[in-house]
Amino acid sequence: MTKFKPSTQVDFVIVGAGAAGGVMAKELSTAGFQVVVLEQGPYLRESDFTYDEKRVRDTPQLVNDHALQPNTFRKTEQEKAVLAPAISYGRCVGGGTVHYTATHWRFREIDFIERSKLGPISGTGLDDWPITYADLEPYYTKAEWDMGYSGLRGGSPFESSRSKDYPLPPFPNKSSGVLLDRAAAKLGLHTSPIPVAILSQPYKGRQGCVHCGFCEWFGCKVGAKSSSLAALFPVAEKTGRCEIRPNSYVREVSVDKSGRVNGVVYFDAQKKEVMQKAKAVVVCANGTETPRLLLMSKSSQFPNGLANSSGVVGKYLMFGTGASAHGLFEHPLNEYKSIQATRSIEDFYDSDPKRGFYGGGRIDARYGFSGPIGFALGGLPPDVPRWGAEFKKACKDANQTLTLQVFATSLPLETNNITLDPDVKDAWGLPAMRVTYRDHPDGMKTKEFFRAKALEILDAAGATKKWAGPVGETRNGGHLMGSCRMGNDPKTSVIDKFNRAHDVPNLFIVDGSSFVTSGRNHPTCTIEALAYRAADNAINMAKKGSLKAPVS
Amino acid sequence: MSKRKTSRREALFNSASAFGSAWIATHWSGILEAQEHAARAVKSAQPGKLQYFTPEQAAEIEAVTVQIIPTDDTPGAREAGSVHFIDRALATFDREKQPVYVQGLKDLQTKTGEMFPGTANFSALNANQQMQLLKSIERTPFFQQVRLHTVVGFFSNPEYGGNTEKIGWKLIGFEDTFHHQPPFGYYDGNKQA
Repeated sequence: MTKFKPSTQVDFVIVGAGAAGGVMAKELSTAGFQVVVLEQGPYLRESDFTYDEKRVRDTPQLVNDHALQPNTFRKTEQEKAVLAPAISYGRCVGGGTVHYTATHWRFREIDFIERSKLGPISGTGLDDWPITYADLEPYYTKAEWDMGYSGLRGGSPFESSRSKDYPLPPFPNKSSGVLLDRAAAKLGLHTSPIPVAILSQPYKGRQGCVHCGFCEWFGCKVGAKSSSLAALFPVAEKTGRCEIRPNSYVREVSVDKSGRVNGVVYFDAQKKEVMQKAKAVVVCANGTETPRLLLMSKSSQFPNGLANSSGVVGKYLMFGTGASAHGLFEHPLNEYKSIQATRSIEDFYDSDPKRGFYGGGRIDARYGFSGPIGFALGGLPPDVPRWGAEFKKACKDANQTLTLQVFATSLPLETNNITLDPDVKDAWGLPAMRVTYRDHPDGMKTKEFFRAKALEILDAAGATKKWAGPVGETRNGGHLMGSCRMGNDPKTSVIDKFNRAHDVPNLFIVDGSSFVTSGRNHPTCTIEALAYRAADNAINMAKKGSLKAPVS
Repeated sequence: MSKRKTSRREALFNSASAFGSAWIATHWSGILEAQEHAARAVKSAQPGKLQYFTPEQAAEIEAVTVQIIPTDDTPGAREAGSVHFIDRALATFDREKQPVYVQGLKDLQTKTGEMFPGTANFSALNANQQMQLLKSIERTPFFQQVRLHTVVGFFSNPEYGGNTEKIGWKLIGFEDTFHHQPPFGYYDGNKQA
């Protein structure tokens, strides 16, 4: 196994071993560069993963632990933030790609140009991306073939153009998908097979899915989920030029006198401070930890935080939002088997001015619970007693219940942001992450719209009973996007269109924080494509010598 | 011991062979591990030995769990061993919940005396009386905690002791083979239906 001394100046140090970190590590190391990847979480393998639902619920093995890293939350900047678990993200080698559902949607052409198409929305930061779908298309394709995706080209009438098929066929349709097909036919809507980052067949020496059903919140025990853990880091390590250093919690990206970054300072597993020297730094720490790290990296050159001359670092945070509804059916669906969802309705994807508000989304039908415990605690209709004979009877409906899950837009607002909490500290003595977040009124209307749509679709699918909780304001987030947005203007954005910091020539920022808009709340596929593109560019720059060793 | 292990492997092989040898070759290790895990899980549960409760306390708590998931035409919390799950939880991974139970048991006795003078213990009440009493305390932290423990134990891996013989999983039709083949449900199996 490759080991670098911290005092050795490696070519790249990557902070965060998630979706983007995996792509960057693999691309840079296979291109001949020395890479150190620092991951705050553990390095787990397939054999460490479990089907034990209780353990996964009780102990944050794969995700962040709020006991160690508390968040504070407030709705507006006028309020005092209070302790609350506001953020959820993957915290292990592989990041969120280890425990996620792995539905894997590309953005569409419209997602990059909504501002031009819809016009400005006052009080929001809705903007076009500095790149288009066409710029990213080759990299979506690269991600799909490199990592192993299953899907059907042309499966959706709304699909943006593709240069290549998926490498693997889509998964067999589940009962939830058949019911969604049925409802769509009745309502004049369309369904399409959901592309997933899970192998429907063996691919590149990895085995295919065994349909165990334990995708969401669980690590894949057979390596069929195309996480960066299964698909990318093994390739990077094989080069002999990539060292993955788990349990390494980065507290600062350091800069030299010329204002270039020269490495990172982190706490190792024993909480000892270590500085890893590097010619260039790639921050892939996610849409909330990335801005936090930049804000903690204050220096005389960067008094407001690294790469923050614009003041935009941390701002325009977008959480994944949506709505859900549940239905009961006459016959067993057995939704706990196989991947979470196989069919989706995309007819309401685009924001339609006729609705009177900004917002769009995608509706899928799925198993909405983590397993038997999740169902018994959270899957029953609201009118059923929570104990006694009636409760027990209702539990028997587990296999006849499904969820319609909506993934919808969030608007970028300057007032939704990540800052450093002035009072609360984490277990390493660093300022806790303070989250300020409140849905835009159009976001609430979007949720209401889709809640009603989901109930209508359940009716059309033949549900014998249906229910949906009331729509509420977003108080915690996964799918963390937008807090170091990409743009052409250094005054209003943090990174350029190749994910390089406007202020620092040898600093790259690649993860959900790069997003200008939220798409329809499925960020991972686009995070990966951005990373492949950023890596291509960083490799070219490095080969031309523009990332050469900084003066120290 | 090793003999039993072999027979488990054989049984597994027989069930997997339905899908063809290529399938086994690809998936063998994953399935095997899952099956072994499930088998190990069942064995490690040790109902009968109390680690935290006194037998009297256990009888009271068991009576509460039985009202939460009663026995009817299918087994309930009593048969699934919910009280043993709770006992083990309080002795190990949920030690910090002990005070809730200490206070709760005290209050339960008081309440029993108040509502049904002359009866010393909750477990001595008949089923209707027990339900009536529990309804009056269903919003208390004690009852909520017993309910949570009972439900979690009933549907979690049998190794935790509250899902003995997979009673909870059988109730909801959850098959713990951890590998499946289509069709998965009624509607994908009967597309014209």
